[in-house]
This record gives sequence, structure tokens and C-alpha cells, in this order.
Amino acid sequence: MTLASMARKYEARKAPEGERQATSAMIASLAAEGYDTVAAPFGNALVDAARKDERIVGLTADLGKYTDLHIFQQAMPDRFYQMGMAEQVLMSAAAGLAREGFIPFATTYAVFASRRAYDFIAMAIAEENLPVKIVCALPGLTTGYGPSHQATEDLAIFRGLPNMTLIDPCDADDILGMIPQMIAHDGPIYSRLLRGKVPSVIKKHKPDYRFQLGKAQMIREGKDVLVISTGLMTMRALDAAVKLADDKVDVAILHCPTIKPLDLETIAAEAAKGGRLVVTAENHTLMGGLGEAVAAGLLSRGIAPRFRMIGLPDAFLEAGALPTLHEMYGISVGKVIEQIKGWL
Amino acid sequence: MNLAGRAVARSNVSLELRAWNIRRKALLMGQVQGQGYIGQALGIADVLAASYFHALDYRPEDPEWEGRDRFLLSIGHYAIALYAVLMEAGILPEDELQTYGMDDSRMPMSGMASYTPGMEITGGSLGHGLGIAVGMAMGLKRKANRAFVYNLMSDGELGEGSTWEAAMSGAHHKLDNLICLVDFNDQQADGKSTEMLCSEPLTEKWEAFGWHAQRVNGNDLAAVVEAFDKARAVKEPQPRVIIFDTTMCKGVPFLESREITHFVRVEADEWDKALAVLEEGKPA
Repeated sequence: MTLASMARKYEARKAPEGERQATSAMIASLAAEGYDTVAAPFGNALVDAARKDERIVGLTADLGKYTDLHIFQQAMPDRFYQMGMAEQVLMSAAAGLAREGFIPFATTYAVFASRRAYDFIAMAIAEENLPVKIVCALPGLTTGYGPSHQATEDLAIFRGLPNMTLIDPCDADDILGMIPQMIAHDGPIYSRLLRGKVPSVIKKHKPDYRFQLGKAQMIREGKDVLVISTGLMTMRALDAAVKLADDKVDVAILHCPTIKPLDLETIAAEAAKGGRLVVTAENHTLMGGLGEAVAAGLLSRGIAPRFRMIGLPDAFLEAGALPTLHEMYGISVGKVIEQIKGWL
Repeated sequence: MNLAGRAVARSNVSLELRAWNIRRKALLMGQVQGQGYIGQALGIADVLAASYFHALDYRPEDPEWEGRDRFLLSIGHYAIALYAVLMEAGILPEDELQTYGMDDSRMPMSGMASYTPGMEITGGSLGHGLGIAVGMAMGLKRKANRAFVYNLMSDGELGEGSTWEAAMSGAHHKLDNLICLVDFNDQQADGKSTEMLCSEPLTEKWEAFGWHAQRVNGNDLAAVVEAFDKARAVKEPQPRVIIFDTTMCKGVPFLESREITHFVRVEADEWDKALAVLEEGKPA
């Protein structure tokens, strides 16, 4: 990259101090205004599950504190393995423990699992269909550290891997709900993770919501637009829908936390209800993620609604503050509203 | 002490004859396909004979017996050699030999756990076995199961960074139930291993990583047996490695002298010749 290609950054330096925000740290919780939060839902849910199931063990590659696995480490030190900064042996050893009858939860950042450890996940875990649960923080654009830490293509990478189940949870309730179901599923799972103080979002919109592995669920009905969303973007889409209602735009939200296998039956049934603009929304590159999977599923069923995709561009993203970056790349609440209005 | 492995060892078949039988079966399988990693199979036959008829405990009729010593074949392309010893040990029926590498065979060219009884892992993507062995050794300790985990790997795999992650991990977690076997034949796909990415000084390297390390002639059965005994008897809470210097194509001199031995080319009429040469050296 040349200095000339970075011109925008040099321009930005001239901005007044007060308008700039500090880079979003990696350990920071994801802000969502107006919602209650739950502390370390993954770590706490895992401890609860492990008290009932001796087979559960936890491993991490020097990111226990950053994946909330330290909660498990503190509660059950003899069932925790610190593997050091070595993601290849993290995944291989998890496979070995699974071979001996254990259910290992292996944590790291999504970039390191999907990029550095892929071959080990593919051959030692997925090809053998072992019940290793890979739980990874910093999914998509949830850190301001730049491409080294932004896992914008992790779902695309793992979608192509046979036997894998993929989860992109939206909030604390998804995370609390998914842990027992991940354990009950006899096979490998890759799940994205939100850590720290995680907002509880969906239940505020739909109090009886419960995470169901493999199921897409309607969170909100609406006659103008159907948003099919996953992970963080369900949070954004729900906030956008509330504001769009003020402008008499009626938005339905279909939440798809399980990316693979994708619940195309529910998706197709909803998309076939005529007249609505269908919009997919994901915290992931538009290459090979939820949007393309939904498009292929609908087309091959002969369903062709007006269709648009919200997601990250096919690019290495910039560093900076998350609110700035979410705005820049079109996944803030404001930008979701703007895009939907533009398409109507 | 048991056990099935020992019981087999107490039979009146010598280890030399076991190794010879392994070589012969491997050649017969190679002949079926007209190809195969026969050089590696002939080179590692003595180590496999000592593994399955001296060191390991297992039950031929129950390859998943919980008390078995685990034997991981990290080098998937050595499958032809492992099938030969699994047949010799009675884990695989000998009459399947003719199916080697055929469609629907339980014995594919590269070893896979889901195909073959006694094949613990899917090897082949090199540098995987030792890491899996680390996890299995941890798992056995959790279960207070006193079995050993053996991982057979090649010198080429020493070039993979994952091997050294696993090596550090094995020592860090004090896995005294883990024994790594390195076949050092100094051959890999593009030539001599030491000229591709030199791993020497190897014994010192493993020792520096916290392992009990031995280096012996892998085609000297007495030395191989002694090395296995020593490795099992180490008192320190540390993993163990045995580096076996082996000769590719050992036992068939006209193949041993071939320059390119990683995927040794054997002409159609040479399989019978190789079997005949081997026959001449049959142990008493």
C-alpha cells in the first residue's frame, strides 16, 4: 500500500480533536444503547453446563480473558487447558481430547481460528466429525484494530467445510441458549462470540424468544420489508425497524443465528409472502456469507423477490473507532435505515 | 501387565520374521496397485514389528478396546505399511490385501480413521499427528487410563511449525504417556530432507524442547526394541521421542540403490523380482 492510497487517513488527521474517537479496544464490550446487559454469558453458561456434564473441558490459546473462558478457568481449573499462543495445537489437541470422549470448547479470536488453524479444524476435527466446539471472539467488524483482528470472512471460510455447524449469535440470550444445544449436538461447531457485557436484545422485542439450533425465527412481523439477519446485525435491524416504523415503514425481522445448516424452509416461506422487499443483513463480507446463501436458496426454489444485501465490503477494513467504522461500512443503525429507505 | 501385545510377542514368531512378513505384505499390496509408498514401508517395517509385537498393548479382535495403546499414523501415505502390520497383528483380515487402494476398499492409499479398523486418525495433511497425540495423552490422563499414545511421523514433518507447537505443548503438560516415533529416512518429495529444510541437530532439538530423546538405527531390531523399552521406562514426567534412522526400501537391495525413493518407481515386472529378492532373505 502506498502513502498516496492512504490519502484519506492523512486528510482525517486535520480534523479537530473533539470530533475524533479513540480506536475501539479488543476487550471492550459491544455497545448497544437502551438494553440490559449480561456479564460474560458464554463463560457462565459453560460453567453451568460443565457442572452437569463431566465430558466438558475448556482450552484456549492465550485468550482466556478475551473470550470469557477465564470464568470457566476460575470455576474449574483442573478442566481448563492453557495451550499458549499456538492455535494449531489448540485445535489438534481439542481433536485428541474429543477422540478420548471429551467435549472440548476451544476459544481464540475468529481470525486465528479461521485463518491460521483452518487445516487443523478441517482435517483433525471436521473430517472426523468430532464434537469440538470452537468459540471465537471478535467476529466481523467488532474491533477497531484493522484486518489482523477483523474476521470479516470467517463464515465464508467455514461454510465450505463439510460437517460444520455455524452459529452467529445476536446477543446474550442467544449465547446462553446455544451452549446446552451445542453440547447436545454430536458434531463440530464453530460459533462466533460476543464477550464481556453482552446486551440482551431480542427478548426485549419478543419476550418468549428462545434460541433454537438450526432454526430461523421471526422476531417481528412487518408488511413492507423482510430483513433476514444474523448475529450483530439482528440487533441493528431491530433498532432500525423501530425507527422505520415511525416513518410508516413496516419491517419484519427473521433472525438466523444458525448459518449452517441454514433454515431455508423458514426463509423461503417468509420470502415467498409476496410484495416485501427482502434484505439480508450480516456482520461479514458480502462474499460467501448469509446473503449469498439466502439468494442461492431462494433462487433454487423459484422464489425471486426484490432482493438487497447489507454487509461488509470485499475489502480489508480500516482501523479506528467502531461507531466510525460501522457508519463507514454501512452496518450502523443509521446506515441500515438509510439503505432500506433508499431501496423502497 | 497384560496384555494382548505381550501375548502376541510371546508367540514363537520372531520379530525378524514379523518384520519380514510386513515387508512381504507391503510388496504384495504395492503389486496390486502397481504403485505405492513401498520405499517407506520397507524402511519402517522393523519399527512397526517392534511396535506391534513388542511395545504396544492391544486386542486384535477389539481395535477400540479402551485400554489399548494408541498408535497414530501421522504420515497418511505410510498406510500401506500400517495395513501390513495390522494384518500381521490380526486386526485386519489378510484376505483384504488384494483390495488395497481399490474402490470401496477399507484400505485407501492414504490412511483415514473412518475407513480402517486400527487406524486411529486421518493422517496425510502432515504435521497433524503429534498435536492430536498431545490431546489424546491429555485425555487419557484425565481418565486415569495408563495407556501410551504413540505418534509415528516422518522427518519431513519436522518442517511443519505445528510439530513444534505440539512438541512444546507435550513437554509443558508433562505428557509422560506420549511417545513420538520419527522415521528419519532423509527423503521427502523434492529430495533429501536435510537439503530441503534441515532439522539437525535433531536429538538436541527435542531435548531442548523438554523431551527424552533417543536416536537409533531403525533397521536394527535389537536397537529398536531397546529404545522402546527405554522410552517406556523413563521416570521423568516428560514426553519421549525416538528418532529412527532408516533406509528406504530396506530389504530389497536393487530398490535401495534407486536415486529417487520418496515415490519409488517400480516397473510392473519388478514386483515379482522384489518379492523373490525378499524371499532369499527370509529369516529362519
